[in-house]
Amino acid sequence: MIDSPMIEVHDLTKRYPGRTAVDGITFTVGRGEVVGFLGPNGAGKSTTMRILACFLPATGGTARVAGYDVYREPDEVRRRIGYMPESNPLHLDMRVREYLKFRARLKGLGWQRSRDRVDVVLQQCGLTDVHRRITGQLSKGYRQRVGLADALVHEPDLIMLDEPTIGLDPHQIRAVRALIKELGKTTTILLSTHILPEVEMTCSRVLILNQGRILAADTTENLERKLSLDGQVIAEIAAPHEALRDCWRDLPEIERWDVTPADGDWFRVALTPRNGADLRPLVFAIVRENEWGLRELTRSRHSLEDIFIHLTRQQGKELTAL
Amino acid sequence: MNVILALIRRELGGYFKSLIGYVVIAAVLFLFGFSFVDMLDKLNGIPQDAPVTEQFYATVYFWVILLITAPMITMRAFALEKSTGTYESLMTAPVGDWQVVLAKFGGTLAFFALVWLPLLGCLFIIRHFTGDPATLDPRVTAGTFFGILLIGSLYMAMGCFASSLTRSQIIAAMFSFLLGVGLFVLSLRSVALSSSESGWGAVLDHISVMRHLFDFSRGIIDTRQVVFYLTATAFFLYLTQRVVESRRWK
Repeated sequence: MIDSPMIEVHDLTKRYPGRTAVDGITFTVGRGEVVGFLGPNGAGKSTTMRILACFLPATGGTARVAGYDVYREPDEVRRRIGYMPESNPLHLDMRVREYLKFRARLKGLGWQRSRDRVDVVLQQCGLTDVHRRITGQLSKGYRQRVGLADALVHEPDLIMLDEPTIGLDPHQIRAVRALIKELGKTTTILLSTHILPEVEMTCSRVLILNQGRILAADTTENLERKLSLDGQVIAEIAAPHEALRDCWRDLPEIERWDVTPADGDWFRVALTPRNGADLRPLVFAIVRENEWGLRELTRSRHSLEDIFIHLTRQQGKELTAL
Repeated sequence: MNVILALIRRELGGYFKSLIGYVVIAAVLFLFGFSFVDMLDKLNGIPQDAPVTEQFYATVYFWVILLITAPMITMRAFALEKSTGTYESLMTAPVGDWQVVLAKFGGTLAFFALVWLPLLGCLFIIRHFTGDPATLDPRVTAGTFFGILLIGSLYMAMGCFASSLTRSQIIAAMFSFLLGVGLFVLSLRSVALSSSESGWGAVLDHISVMRHLFDFSRGIIDTRQVVFYLTATAFFLYLTQRVVESRRWK
């Protein structure tokens, strides 16, 4: 089963009385990928993760982790995953090392091996200084790291983190993200978040989820490319107004243009391409040919945030249209 | 097995890291102090023909202690983990349902046994001051403790079952108190009615925990009673396991 994908989800559905949390989603995560689950609150991210972690049964569809069915072979699945639930629950009366040791033993590690692994993850998660402290007295950032350390302690094939940076201050968020990035080099990671920059920074691929459905699944760059359909170019050019207005007319690549005066001799030109072509070289060539001045030339890039808003809003419209 | 031991250790640790363990132990010691004084009073008056263990253990104090401490000990078993959310991290670790149930039960029973141990001291005090080895037969004492452990295991299993049903410790405690008192009241009836007259009398006789305790405290270990406690405990543990498993029912 070593060559099967890490996660294979097919038509997965989870219904609660009166509410569908996950509505027939299908996706795969290959080995070694770092995939981000992105969606607003209540999109079904946590539910999907809980199903993958064998905590909840699905209403329909199948899910396999490392080739094992989460419903029929939960023991095999649980041995291979490190899962950090959303609220990051810890036994708050235990000391950090004691807790991790307990978790390591629970996950079937032997006496000596659990000691060694706990030392490794303490180091990895920057917990060496606090290993004697009681988890209940730690700051939220440290607790989060304890949760991460717990997810790592048995060297799982797949790490699932449900909102790992929620409620942390910016420094702590950075530290946790750096850690996730580091881990992503060696392990498959599935993490969920509703913070967009997080996915852009840490993940190689994104699954956008809304109202229990997958709206988009692709690499971050591809998504950006796909959705920056217009690929509008903004240029600030110093040129005679008329010449500037007329020079775009005969170019087949350009669908729309708009010239507005800026300060002094400068005009702000907004150009929309016909088929998503990159207009920047063309603009530069024209400016050089006419010996005009050029002080800005940018192609508007859609951030993941735009994509996200775009997709989720579109779905909202469809729903109201129905 | 390693997993169960790690879990039992955690359970036991939990009692001593929170106040609940100390509260239970203090309450039990306090009540047994009363019981001890009571017994000394009785022994001071007329000679008694019942063994010391019976006069010490088969008293109303024993029942007050058992009925009140059993819910206090067991209420946290599942309910606490559910309410703090650690249940999710527990059940997503590679542990079996039975391992969890047995560990929870083992942890509560171990704590229960621990609570009763200091009370052996009372018996040794009597033995020391009467100077007569006949006052305290070690076999009778062992029988008494074995019986207490058996009764305890049934009550712990009922408590674990109650705790597995809810995420609220208070509801768990109330429910296990209800189960415990229910069994106790049934056995009261059998003691009050002259037994074995009707079919129901015989049944009540068999499940009469009060009668059983009288036997145990005289050093009598009846296999029928042992079987009753073992099967009843197993029954409640089975129910608990089903409740734990039900989370994954489709």
